Amino acid sequence: MVATTQAVATVDLLRWMPLIPLLASLINMFFGARLGRKTAGGLACVAVLASFAIALYIFWLLPATGMFRDTVYTWIESGSFQVKLSFQVDALTAVMLLVVTGIGFLIHIYSLGYMDHDEGIVRFFVYLNLFIFFMLLLVMGDNLLVLFIGWEGVGLCSYLLIGFWYHDHANTIAGNKAFIVNRIGDFGFVLGLLLLVTELGRQGIWTLDFMELQQHVNLLSPERITLITLLLFVGAAGKSAQIPLFVWLPDAMAGPTPVSALIHAATMVTAGAYMTARLHFLFVLAPETLSLIATIGAATAFFAATVALTQTDIKRVLAYSTVSQLGYMFVAIGIGAFSAAIFHLFTHAFFKACLFLGSGSVIHALDGEQDMRKMGGLKAYLPTTYWTYVIATLAIAGAPFTAGFFSKDFILWQAYSSPRGSTELWFVGWLTAGLTAFYMFRQLFLVFHGECRADEHVKAHIHESPVVMTVPLVVLAAGSIFAGWLGAPEYLWGSLWDHWLQPIFGGAHEAAHGSPTDEINLTLLTLAIGGLGFLLAYFVYGRASKLPDRLASLAGGGPYRLLLHKYYIDEIYDVLIVRPFTYCSRWLAQVFDPGVIDGLVNAVARGARGFSLIWREVQTGNVQHYLAGFLAATLALLAYFLKQQ
Amino acid sequence: MVPLDYYLILSAVIFAIGVIGVLVRRNLIVVLMSIELMLNAVNLTFIAFSRYLASMQGQVVVIFVMAVAAAEAVIGLAIVISVFRHRRTLDPQEMQLLKW
Amino acid sequence: MDASVILFYVISVLLVLSSLMVVFLRNVVHCALALVVALFLIAILFVMLHAPMVGVLQVLVYAGAIMVLFLFVIMFLNPTASEPRRKLWWGFGSAAALLLAASLAALLSNGEAPADPVTATETFGSPETLAKSLFTDFVLPFEITSVLLLVAIIGAVVLAKREP
Repeated sequence: MVATTQAVATVDLLRWMPLIPLLASLINMFFGARLGRKTAGGLACVAVLASFAIALYIFWLLPATGMFRDTVYTWIESGSFQVKLSFQVDALTAVMLLVVTGIGFLIHIYSLGYMDHDEGIVRFFVYLNLFIFFMLLLVMGDNLLVLFIGWEGVGLCSYLLIGFWYHDHANTIAGNKAFIVNRIGDFGFVLGLLLLVTELGRQGIWTLDFMELQQHVNLLSPERITLITLLLFVGAAGKSAQIPLFVWLPDAMAGPTPVSALIHAATMVTAGAYMTARLHFLFVLAPETLSLIATIGAATAFFAATVALTQTDIKRVLAYSTVSQLGYMFVAIGIGAFSAAIFHLFTHAFFKACLFLGSGSVIHALDGEQDMRKMGGLKAYLPTTYWTYVIATLAIAGAPFTAGFFSKDFILWQAYSSPRGSTELWFVGWLTAGLTAFYMFRQLFLVFHGECRADEHVKAHIHESPVVMTVPLVVLAAGSIFAGWLGAPEYLWGSLWDHWLQPIFGGAHEAAHGSPTDEINLTLLTLAIGGLGFLLAYFVYGRASKLPDRLASLAGGGPYRLLLHKYYIDEIYDVLIVRPFTYCSRWLAQVFDPGVIDGLVNAVARGARGFSLIWREVQTGNVQHYLAGFLAATLALLAYFLKQQ
Repeated sequence: MVPLDYYLILSAVIFAIGVIGVLVRRNLIVVLMSIELMLNAVNLTFIAFSRYLASMQGQVVVIFVMAVAAAEAVIGLAIVISVFRHRRTLDPQEMQLLKW
Repeated sequence: MDASVILFYVISVLLVLSSLMVVFLRNVVHCALALVVALFLIAILFVMLHAPMVGVLQVLVYAGAIMVLFLFVIMFLNPTASEPRRKLWWGFGSAAALLLAASLAALLSNGEAPADPVTATETFGSPETLAKSLFTDFVLPFEITSVLLLVAIIGAVVLAKREP
């Protein structure tokens, strides 16, 4: 009917990418105990490596403006409405595939060392492979329903892995929290999905397929699109930890550190950004939604960065940092710069995974200690970890020619120059860049420099991590530098990245105003505030001084306490939502349900019984009484016929 | 020549008398006899119509009704014997197990 | 007044009387005897209606075989218990039955029945014509009736057999 702009080729290989990790997961699930820890771990790694190899091969095959498709079977068929279990790979998916399988593979390798002493290692790899399967389903699905399966599946794996050490009650609580908060987001997502399908169906188009949706999206009225995109964004905000649904991500750090790196930094939490990018053709038609997304993204970025300033748990700082960086991605989405968002997603995956794995290496070395106040001076003990951590920190802080420098500047430049952007958005992003530099260097100095504040007996065992853990660190550190070079600004050697994603977002991009000189000036400003953050961190934490305490007691210590307690958001939610909800539920369970619901049911039963008690008197068992009834009916019929005559 | 209506009214009266017997008598054997009376009333209408419509079909049907009535009487009396053996009574109002 | 009409009146009065005796007499044997009388009277009506063969069968099968069976069962059981009577129930039953008779009579006699038989030929109702009809048009029901009678015989034997 409508000619597709992209060439579609069928490649049967696609289905194997999710299938191999799924098979490995199933094998480990049923035979893992018999295979042994080493074999199970090896199998899991090989499975992800195979997926990665296929992804590379597909990436190499993929033409600039093409798309691969692989339909496994028709899942639902109802009239003209069809849902197929079908995969597609275009430029956007290819990027996600490389991130998921590539970084996923490195983290699998790392886990071999990190989880070596854990007795649940087989279970761990079952979950991890299952996660890769669902994540691939999410990014490869060529329709909304397959995406949704993956979306829910990764949520499930996230829940399972946060509560992985379920012997500690706090961990299961954290898992529940993540799951429930994600449910709220998913509820919005489902509503948006249903609304989209039924609204298009009202126009005669029943489809969930991305390509067909893109063709027919102009049939929808602007108000409907705004509503649909708002609901979809609720889902994205839940998954990608944006205000107001971000509260689960810091608690999700209860899971093992590789999980934090893979799921809660590099891949799953970016699913929201991926989904909005995948449905960019919808979002660009809803300017109100986009400006809301940009505002929320900026607010989240700034807010999370301020909280990260004061946290003392090494992983919690990184968690808030992740929330903050996700905020950047949503700023980019909100101004319609989808390729910038995906670019930041890509580079962030490298340096944040590297940071998390580095922190995992530190925790591993210190026997599970996560409090930064009990660290310090680890530079000498953990040289590889230290240097990779430095590189990743430089990358996230936006030091020149690192990955974060390119991607963050790209977003800030777009925020300033694109028609949807504004100076305010840029300013918040710029400020956040300074905060980012400060809290990251604060962490670096606290952990690796100065005196070692660890307990004596812990100090005695500090050791560099095994090779399986350091090699992924080195690879990721390299990525933290070079991954950004793909997207250099015009005044350097130009962006390969934009060129690559042009066929996908081509229509979505709008001409930016502003000259290269402005861009360079803005970059210099960003570098300046980053450097300021670094210097502050150095003077406050890099040298032995009383400054931290003095800063903390500033203005009576009020602002500090506010930040330390994360603006009391959890407490506010507890009072505003959780407690009234629990109270209502308890009332419903203890008063309403036994009183009204059970009462109604019992009343119906009692009524039927009473009525039956009366009516059963008719059943005398006497045949002649029955015959009398028969005769009466006969007479009535006769009377009727007589009247007819 | 007797008009048809006479036969019909006569058979209706006989039928009604049979109904009274079935409804009110408290002896199963008399109840069965009343049923025979009702069947004969019906037979009478068949034969009367057969005569006045000059068709043999009515008479044939009466033959069949007689066969069925014979079978009914045989089975009915056998049941009466069986019931009497168990309960030592022929009163249908005593036989009220078929309730609730 | 035609002789046949007078005969009809006599027979019908006797028939109604004997029927009432079947229903209202208290002794079961008397009831049975009244029934025999009623069946004979009906057989006479059959003959009057040009159905001599059916009338003969009526006497043979009904007044003969079936009534013998009834009397045999009465003798066999010899029920002595007298029947209790309930006036209300008797009144209700009689009223309902009368109503039934009236409405049936009204319904049946309102039809336009021919006042005179069209073709009351000599052979009508003879054994020959009856047999011809029975063994040509109605041969299948006739055969099935034999099966019914067989089943009735077996059923009666099973039901009335003394339990071991």
